[in-house]
Amino acid sequence: MMPRSATTRVLGWLALLALLVGLGLAFGYAPRESIQGNVQRIMYVHVPAVLTAYLAFVLVLVGSIGYLASARAGWDRLAAGAAELGVLFTGITIASGSIWGKPTWGTWWTWDARLTSTAILFLVYVGYLLLRAMVDEPERRGRFAAVVGIVGAANIPIVHFSVKWWRALHQPSTILGPEPSPIAAPIAAALAANWAAFTLLFVYLLVRRIEIARLEEAAFLGGARAR
Amino acid sequence: MPAYARRVGIVLWKDLLVERRSKESLNALLFFGLLLLFLFQFSLGPDRARLESALPGLLWLGFVLAGLLGLGRSFLAERENDCSEGLLLTPGDKSAIYLGKLAANICVMGVVEIVILALFGLFFDVDLARGLPGLAVILPLGTVGLAAVGTLFAAVTAQVRARELLFPVLLLPIQVPVLLATVSATQVALAGQPLADAGPWLQLLAGADIVYLVIGLLTFEFVLEG
Amino acid sequence: MIAAVGLRKSFGATVVLEDVSLEVPAGQCLALLGPNGAGKTTLLRVLGTLARPSAGRLIIDGVDALRDPDAVRARIGMVAHGSYVYEDLTALENLRFWAVMAGLDARPDRLRERLQAVELDALVGERARTFSAGMKRRLALARVTLGQPRVLLLDEPFSGLDRQGQKWLGEFLLAFKARGGAIVLATHGFATALAVADRAVILAGGRIVLDRPAAGLGRDELHRLYDDLVETGETVPR
Repeated sequence: MMPRSATTRVLGWLALLALLVGLGLAFGYAPRESIQGNVQRIMYVHVPAVLTAYLAFVLVLVGSIGYLASARAGWDRLAAGAAELGVLFTGITIASGSIWGKPTWGTWWTWDARLTSTAILFLVYVGYLLLRAMVDEPERRGRFAAVVGIVGAANIPIVHFSVKWWRALHQPSTILGPEPSPIAAPIAAALAANWAAFTLLFVYLLVRRIEIARLEEAAFLGGARAR
Repeated sequence: MPAYARRVGIVLWKDLLVERRSKESLNALLFFGLLLLFLFQFSLGPDRARLESALPGLLWLGFVLAGLLGLGRSFLAERENDCSEGLLLTPGDKSAIYLGKLAANICVMGVVEIVILALFGLFFDVDLARGLPGLAVILPLGTVGLAAVGTLFAAVTAQVRARELLFPVLLLPIQVPVLLATVSATQVALAGQPLADAGPWLQLLAGADIVYLVIGLLTFEFVLEG
Repeated sequence: MIAAVGLRKSFGATVVLEDVSLEVPAGQCLALLGPNGAGKTTLLRVLGTLARPSAGRLIIDGVDALRDPDAVRARIGMVAHGSYVYEDLTALENLRFWAVMAGLDARPDRLRERLQAVELDALVGERARTFSAGMKRRLALARVTLGQPRVLLLDEPFSGLDRQGQKWLGEFLLAFKARGGAIVLATHGFATALAVADRAVILAGGRIVLDRPAAGLGRDELHRLYDDLVETGETVPR
């Protein structure tokens, strides 16, 4: 096993604990939704997943700008790791949305605003990862990926608005919900708990991923010290 | 004229001159537009009403596909004789090269779009006349959005394996909002409605164009370094 | 004019240049010899600010090349494998493009004068696609001397030239030296190197294994040293 710092290990256990708590709340504590039934509980995975994905892509932006500004490999590792996890969590978002949609609306896919935006995001960052796979030289790879990462991130608000307006044009909103207002306390608590859990999990995975990348680079350089 | 503007101008001049002499891209793109016409007709069938309602989408689909072909080749000429290396060695802000290339791409795309538009109007027997004033605004806005990112990504993929595959994979997801906006606005324009009805879409386009342009200008030198 | 100290360049795990130091005063030419893969092209690229060294210092015409590459680029002319020629443009149009890009005077009469200096004035209106390798090389030299550089960096400029072309290039380089310019010339040809160079440097495996004045070095002796050093990887003291 790879050596791990104490903090990382604690982080890992914390994430696991938080996940258990969160899922417990989601399935035990939160009320059963009247219309959709238990399927609605998947919202407690779907919403935190998409929020975590957005966090990931913000970090891709930060890492990309950092790498262009400083040329230090650490920023690139941050961007690459965050992109991978972002794709993962986006995938979870889409999958959970799809699973939610099937019994609720009868189809595997609805052109729901959030689902559509997320799918576009998924495609953008899969492209980002493909680009990285096609460039062998680390410095060049980091620079090209950073440029694409910045465009992808800047595009997120543009995608959000365009899809939202497009949906408003074509269909009355069928947002995967419902989110009753005011949101009842148990629902809010379960959502918040899961969001915190997902975020912890994300941070843990990101730290480990960056560590692996650093070790890979060091091995590649034949023992030379990686920054 | 300040040196920066002169450099933008000379890059534009060079690209248009090369294009005119080699006639590589423009002719192929125009022919491609014609082919698309037939493809759309055959795949959608003879129902005229169906074609007419799909027209805004087909139009922009045609523009985007042509754009993929034309823009993807933007930096190929620079690979011959290592000219991109020569560009790297020139003094001053490299973003001038990006702007010059972008301007040249917009010119070529503009010609292609107008021809495709005319062909569509002709072959699908659609009255475009009442939509023209609106299209005169929408086409430039949409083309800048397409070309601004396309030129940047073309520079990136020019130096990468599997360029022909990677370029569309990178560009198309980014283009989705631009596509949604332009198609919606075109629908409004072709229906003869006042352009103000498409106001929000046009504003989105303008905003997106500015964002893409700024990113292109700021990041191009990092791509050129190669 | 050129002062390089301890240059090191690595691509990932591969070290291509190791502890390369050299000096070229004004009015002198340094011939860079060595087998393929020794690092000659990489060294020229580092000198030409096309590649950043992993370590070392480089001063060109008094300017720190690593800190201010743009200022250095205005002072150097690089003729590498690629001639930087746009095939669909004419000789004159090519020059005009590069002149404006470099912020230099692009008036037609000045450009024609440059083409005259490289004996391409007869081909002013011809598209570069029709040019031979030698003509493209001459066009590259015309381009490179537009800004009156103080330093010329040439990567195997004699290759692909016929006898006449080689003679012409040799005279061109000697004239450049006479005007006070410095030259670094990577080449495989010992005879041509010795004809033009004041100093001979052999690069093998990324290191300098020989650095000697050319005067007094006969072609055969250079050959012998080359064969010895490139095989054994020994370094001969200066």
